[in-house]
Amino acid sequence: MSVAKLRIYRGDAEGGQEVEYDVPIEEGMVVLDAIHFVQANYDGDIAVRWNCKAAKCGSCSAEINGMPKLTCKTRLDTLPLDKPITVHPLKTFPIMKDLVTDVSWNYEVRKKIPPFKYAKDTDWKMQQVDVERSQEFRKCIECYLCQDVCHVLRNHNKKNEFFGPRMMIKIAELEMHPLDIEDRKEMLREAAGVGYCNITKCCTEVCPEEIHITDNAIIPLKERVADTYFDPLQWVMKKIKGS
Amino acid sequence: MEKFETHTHDVIVIGAGGAGLRAAIEASTQGASVGLVCKSLLGKAHTVMAEGGVAAALANVDSKDDWKTHFHDTMHGGKLLNNWRMAQLHAQEAPERVRELEHWGALFDRTKEGNINQRAFGGHTWKRLAHVGDRTGLEMIRTLQDRGIHTGVDVYMECTITHLLKDGDRISGAFGYWRESGRFVLFNAKAIILATGGIGKSYKVTSNSWEYTGDGHALAYEAGADLIDMEFVQFHPTGMVWPPSVKGILVTEAVRGEGGILTNNKGERFMEKYDPERMELSTRDVVARSIYTEVQEGRGSPHGGAFLNISHRGAEYVKKKLPSMYHQFKEFAEIDITKEPMEVFPTTHYVMGGVRVDPETAQSTVNGLFACGEVAGGMHGANRLGGNSLSDLLVFGKRAGTGAAEYANKINNDVKVHDEEINNAVKEMLEPFENTEGENPYTVHQGLQDAMGDFVGVFRTKDKLHEGIEEIHILKERGSQLKIEGSRMYNPGWHLCKDLKSMLIVSEAIARCAHQREESRGAHSRVDFPNYNDEVWGTVNSVISKDSSGDMNLGTSPLPQMPEELKKIVEGGYK
Repeated sequence: MSVAKLRIYRGDAEGGQEVEYDVPIEEGMVVLDAIHFVQANYDGDIAVRWNCKAAKCGSCSAEINGMPKLTCKTRLDTLPLDKPITVHPLKTFPIMKDLVTDVSWNYEVRKKIPPFKYAKDTDWKMQQVDVERSQEFRKCIECYLCQDVCHVLRNHNKKNEFFGPRMMIKIAELEMHPLDIEDRKEMLREAAGVGYCNITKCCTEVCPEEIHITDNAIIPLKERVADTYFDPLQWVMKKIKGS
Repeated sequence: MEKFETHTHDVIVIGAGGAGLRAAIEASTQGASVGLVCKSLLGKAHTVMAEGGVAAALANVDSKDDWKTHFHDTMHGGKLLNNWRMAQLHAQEAPERVRELEHWGALFDRTKEGNINQRAFGGHTWKRLAHVGDRTGLEMIRTLQDRGIHTGVDVYMECTITHLLKDGDRISGAFGYWRESGRFVLFNAKAIILATGGIGKSYKVTSNSWEYTGDGHALAYEAGADLIDMEFVQFHPTGMVWPPSVKGILVTEAVRGEGGILTNNKGERFMEKYDPERMELSTRDVVARSIYTEVQEGRGSPHGGAFLNISHRGAEYVKKKLPSMYHQFKEFAEIDITKEPMEVFPTTHYVMGGVRVDPETAQSTVNGLFACGEVAGGMHGANRLGGNSLSDLLVFGKRAGTGAAEYANKINNDVKVHDEEINNAVKEMLEPFENTEGENPYTVHQGLQDAMGDFVGVFRTKDKLHEGIEEIHILKERGSQLKIEGSRMYNPGWHLCKDLKSMLIVSEAIARCAHQREESRGAHSRVDFPNYNDEVWGTVNSVISKDSSGDMNLGTSPLPQMPEELKKIVEGGYK
C-alpha cells in the first residue's frame, strides 16, 4: 500500500511546528480522512474542526500545500504525493490549536448587517429568475476561505475597516432579494468598506461553492455605492433641489 | 475544585440546528432570556445537510393537497405507530411555519405563478416539498440563524453540555465545557430544551455528521426521562458506496423525486417487484430493504449497491435541480450523473425514536425538560417520510420554545444547583486524563460502529440482536476505562470519551428495543418475524427508562387513542 506523508502544523498561540505523519492511502481518500487516521492512530488530541465531511458545512477549512481549501473536499490523488503534503491553519485568523482558528470575528461582523426587511403590503409573489441572483449567494457555506485569502484581511489585517468577501455576498444577497426594502448602501461605503476591494478575484478562485463573489456581488455593490454617492448627475440634481 | 464560569438564563437550548434555533427564537420572542449552546460553530449543525425539501401542504402545485392528506400520508408512512396528535399538529402547522421562513428572508424555488414551488417525494400523495434546489436545509438554517442573532438569543459556540442538573424532580441547569480551553461552565436554567439531533455516529456507514452521537437522548435518559421507539432507525435507501472515503454520504431522495430510476446489474427496474404502484417513490423503509435484498441476492452493482440513474432528465435540468449531487459525484467519485448512473446503498440516516414528549408543549416526562426535532420521539412512528423532518423541527421547535418559556415564567426562582451533582460531573469528565491505564476511545468507537452495523442493521434476527447486546455490554465495560493524551484544550479524543458514553446508551436502547419488538414494522425489519403483528405490537410504543438502581429498564406503553374523526382520515391499509 502506498503511503502519503502529511506535515501537519501543531501548535497554539504560543507557537508550534510541522509534525510529519505517514498515512496509508485508500482510494478516493481526502485530506480530512488522513487527519482522522492520524487522530485515531498517532495523536488523539490533534485539533481539527469538521462536521459533515461532505463539503456542505464549511467547517474543515485549512491551507493545504499553501492553498486555502476544504480538507474534506481535497482528494489526496489531486496532490503531488512524491513530497509531503503540508496542512496549516487559516493564516488570517488567530490560531486556537493545531488546525483550528478563532473565526469569531466573522460572527461579530455579521451581526452588524441589517437583516431582511419587507414592505407591509408584500404579496410574496416572486419569479424564479429574480430569486436566482440572491440564491447564488445563499449557497455560501461560510467556510471563510474567501476571508482567508483576501489580501485586505490577510496581509493588511484591515478587519476594522473591511467586512471581507463573505460579508459582501451576505449584503449582496439581502440587497438583491426581490422583496427587501432595507438600505445598506451607507454601511457598504463606510463600515463594511466595499471600496477596499480592488478586484483581484482571489476570493472567487478559492470558493468551494463556485460563487462569483467578485463579478456578481462585489462589483454590483460597488456600482450601487458609486451611483448613490459619486454620480455627478445625481450630485448636480441634489444641489439644484437643495437636498 | 477548579473555578468555572456561570451563566444564568430562563431557558437553555442545547443544539443549534433547525429545531434548536426555531425553539430559541420562539422562547426569546416570548420574553424569556435564552442561551443557545452548540457543540460546533453556529450554522454548521446537521440541518445544513438536509437536501430535498420541507414538507408542508401549501397546495401551491397540487391544489387538492390539505393537512388531512399530509396527516394521512405521515401516519401511513409511520405504520400508524406515530403519536397521532403530533402528526396532526405537524400537518396543520407546517404551511404557516414555512411561510414564516419566507417572511424571515428564505428564498425557496418558485412556481410559474411566483409561489413557493413543491416537488414530489416518497410516500407523499401530492407534490408537497418546498425546496431550494438540493440545499433546502442550508437555506433554512441560514434563515433561522439570521433571525436568531437579531432576536437577542445568547449563543455559546463550541460548548458541549455533558450533564443535566436537577433540583428534586425538576431541571435546574446544565453543566459542560468549552471546547477551546477545556474549562468547565455552568448554566443555571429553569427550563432546558434538547435539540441535539440524532444518533448516526453509532454506525459506521451513516449520512450523519460527527455531532450525531445521541447526546440529547443520553442526557434525557440520565435525567430520568422516557425514551420511546428506539428500535426505529431509518436507513436512507440511497447513500454513496464508492469510493470508501465517502461511503454513506447522502444521495438526496430528490433524485428519485425528480424522476430517478433504480436498476440492478441485470438492468431490471426492481422496484416493480417490491412496490409496483409507487415504484422509486415508495417509502424509505421499503426502498432501503429492496436495494439491500437485490445486493444480497447477487444483483448488485460493482461496488455492492444499486444503480440510480437521472441522466434521462438532461444535463441542464439535472445541474439546475440537483446541483450538489452533480458536484458531489463529480468531485468525490469522478462520476458525471448527467451521463452515468450513481451507485447507491442504504445508509444510517435518522432515528424515529427519542424522548417522549407532550405533543402540545414538547415537555418530556421530566419537569422543565423539553425536546424537539430528531431527539424527540413519536412524531414519525415506525418510519419517517422524506421532508417531514424539516417541517417537524419548525413546528415542534416553535412549540418547545413556547412550552419552555411558559414553564419558566410559571415556576419560582428557587431552583437550586447542587454541588454534589457538579462534583460528580467534574470527576467523570476528568477520569480519562487521570487513568494510568485504559483504552483509546477511537478504538472502542470503531468497535461499537462495527457491532451496530453487524448486529443491529437493516435486517435483524433474535440471535444477531442478542449477540449485539452482548457485544455492547463488553464495549460498555471497555468504555468505562478510557485513557487519553494531551491537554484539555480543543482535544477531540477527550470529547469522544463523553460522546462514546452517549452512543453506548443509545445503542443499547436501540438493540434492546429491536430485540423486544417481535414483528416487522417500518424501519424495523425482523427476518424471524417478517410480518406486522397489529394485535400485539401495533398497539404499543417501546419505552426505555433508567430505573432507580441505574439499570436500563425496557417496557411498552399503549398508544394514545386516536379520535374517531382522525381514524376516518387514516382508514385503509398501509404497506
